[in-house]
Amino acid sequence: MDLHKKGRYGEFGGQYVPETLMNALLTLETEYEKYKNDPEFIKEFQFYLKEYGGRPSLLYFAERMTKDLGGAKIYLKREDLNHTGSHKINNVLGQALLAYKMGKKRIIAETGAGQHGVATATAAVLFGLECEVFMGEEDMERQSLNVFRMNLLGAKVRKVTSGTGTLKDATSEAMREWVARVEDTFYCLGSVVGPHPYPAIVRDFQSVIGNEVREQIMRKEGKLPDYLIACVGGGSNAMGLFHPFLNDKEVGMIGCEAAGEGVDTDKHAASITKGSIGVLHGMKSYFLQDDDGQITPVFSISAGLDYPGIGPEHANFHATGRAQYVPVTDKEAVNAFQYLTKTEGIIPAIESAHAVAHALKLAPTLPKDKIIVINVSGRGDKDVYSVARYMGVKINE
Amino acid sequence: MSRIEKKFNELKELNKKALITFVTAGDPNLEGTKKIVIQMEKDGADIIELGIPYSDPIAEGPVIQAANERALKNSIRIKDIFDMVKDMRVTAKVPLVFLLYFNCIFKYGPDKFFSDCVSSGVDGVIIPDLPFEESDELDEVVSKYDVDIISLVAPTSKERIEKIAKRSKGFLYCVSSLGVTGVRNKFSTDFNEFFSYINKYTSIPKAIGFGISTPEHIKNLKGYCDGLIVGSAMVKQVERSSNIDEAVKNVSDYVKTLREAMDS
Repeated sequence: MDLHKKGRYGEFGGQYVPETLMNALLTLETEYEKYKNDPEFIKEFQFYLKEYGGRPSLLYFAERMTKDLGGAKIYLKREDLNHTGSHKINNVLGQALLAYKMGKKRIIAETGAGQHGVATATAAVLFGLECEVFMGEEDMERQSLNVFRMNLLGAKVRKVTSGTGTLKDATSEAMREWVARVEDTFYCLGSVVGPHPYPAIVRDFQSVIGNEVREQIMRKEGKLPDYLIACVGGGSNAMGLFHPFLNDKEVGMIGCEAAGEGVDTDKHAASITKGSIGVLHGMKSYFLQDDDGQITPVFSISAGLDYPGIGPEHANFHATGRAQYVPVTDKEAVNAFQYLTKTEGIIPAIESAHAVAHALKLAPTLPKDKIIVINVSGRGDKDVYSVARYMGVKINE
Repeated sequence: MSRIEKKFNELKELNKKALITFVTAGDPNLEGTKKIVIQMEKDGADIIELGIPYSDPIAEGPVIQAANERALKNSIRIKDIFDMVKDMRVTAKVPLVFLLYFNCIFKYGPDKFFSDCVSSGVDGVIIPDLPFEESDELDEVVSKYDVDIISLVAPTSKERIEKIAKRSKGFLYCVSSLGVTGVRNKFSTDFNEFFSYINKYTSIPKAIGFGISTPEHIKNLKGYCDGLIVGSAMVKQVERSSNIDEAVKNVSDYVKTLREAMDS
């Protein structure tokens, strides 16, 4: 890793933000550096992960799926069993605790599928913080259940109508709000994206996923997995799973991008497969854009993966070949959603179903002594309406 | 000496302050932008900023965001804007500054971008999402071309002002208050404190921008600095007009009012 410049992963990352935010980012970095090595902070964070978040999450041997596919052994990391229903709570508990320690009274967040918004609203209740969540107009419609949950939790959901009305625009709007209220507000970013130090903070708080997997798989199998598979939008659940295995060269890492209606159409969100290097939301990374640097609209059945970029550390994993990134279409994801439900009795989030879909292709090609770990990053209750719509099934919403 | 520096020197000799006006290029179309810029020069704008429309303008409030969306609907390209500037330069003498986001320069190719600035007659560039920490990325390229990179300082900058001001060329863009661009009723910034930092570290011309819209704002703020920037309020004049001629007229009347407040 090239660390000659702060907050860089190779050529990716950086701090491309308005000057108004720079001192806030520098302060955040200093405070985070202080707390991340503070035994008291670590103890408190772990307390909340366990007693409130419900960790450790299980590593489940998917025996029926393994048998059915007839190849590699498949394990599911059950982040869907966490409090609030996804991996998002891990990072949020860390950042909300940090905000609390820094004396901030107000926390803001962006959300796509609503999972990060719900997690942030929840942590705001826990730590007694005022909370506002920015959400694209289109996402509010397709994830209305999560909007209601946030409202129940006392958070204010701010509708974002600018641009494409999805996660990208919600992120821009949350950053604009932070510029306006940087002195009393903590911006709780939900993925391994944005300006330094966010990609590092979110990665560190999410690394609990991979750290647990290492311990659990060693106990069950006595060896490390051969492949880790996770979906990537911004890439936080994938980074949390991958990062603790970074130096274990024998462990393969595969990130599954949202290919929407296909990477050869203009309706997808596959920023590594089809994007190029650029700068957005404070970071240099891969983005879907035209020759003038205008960010192009993205498309995916999954609101959580519907983002035109990817975190800078993933960009570097791709550039250096440490991880592989593959596109998975809506159709494949919906099939995998149904497959996991029918085979294992586990309804995954439509985001996580992208990872399951790739495992369905990979597992049969591998010998039986190989091990795959799939990150089931969230549960699918929130997605049943949109999947029903996709399948042409009418249900009362 | 750059056209921007010359302008500030001239104004200083006349004991006047710079009126810097902003318009989004291509809003509603490039022909309109050209007419507006030429009219603004006639009515007494000393420096004109052209906002390059971008899909994700992170530092802009709703007015300029909407102007960007209007311009992008016409599939406007950066190359077309350079062509317009070149065309305009036949008569226009006013210093012209591009305001654009770093990704536009990065994707266009920095070398080609600054080379096109020089050949078309763009005197300066403001990049709101390229802070001091990342600015060395352009150093090598910029050193080859005679284009002023105008840096921004904010009320939150504090001790950072020293190193930022040292790099700034043309003038120093002083952000009036927290938040994105757009009209404000009042400013809560302590300008005496803000400018005590700024003046301690630099003698480069200083211009205040963000939220300035009325003659009263101008009267209250001009004593602190060498120029004032009017952006969103100018774009509103274009927004409320139903055709180009009306926009030119509305902008013209507004610039005259501002000029009067600057000189009184």
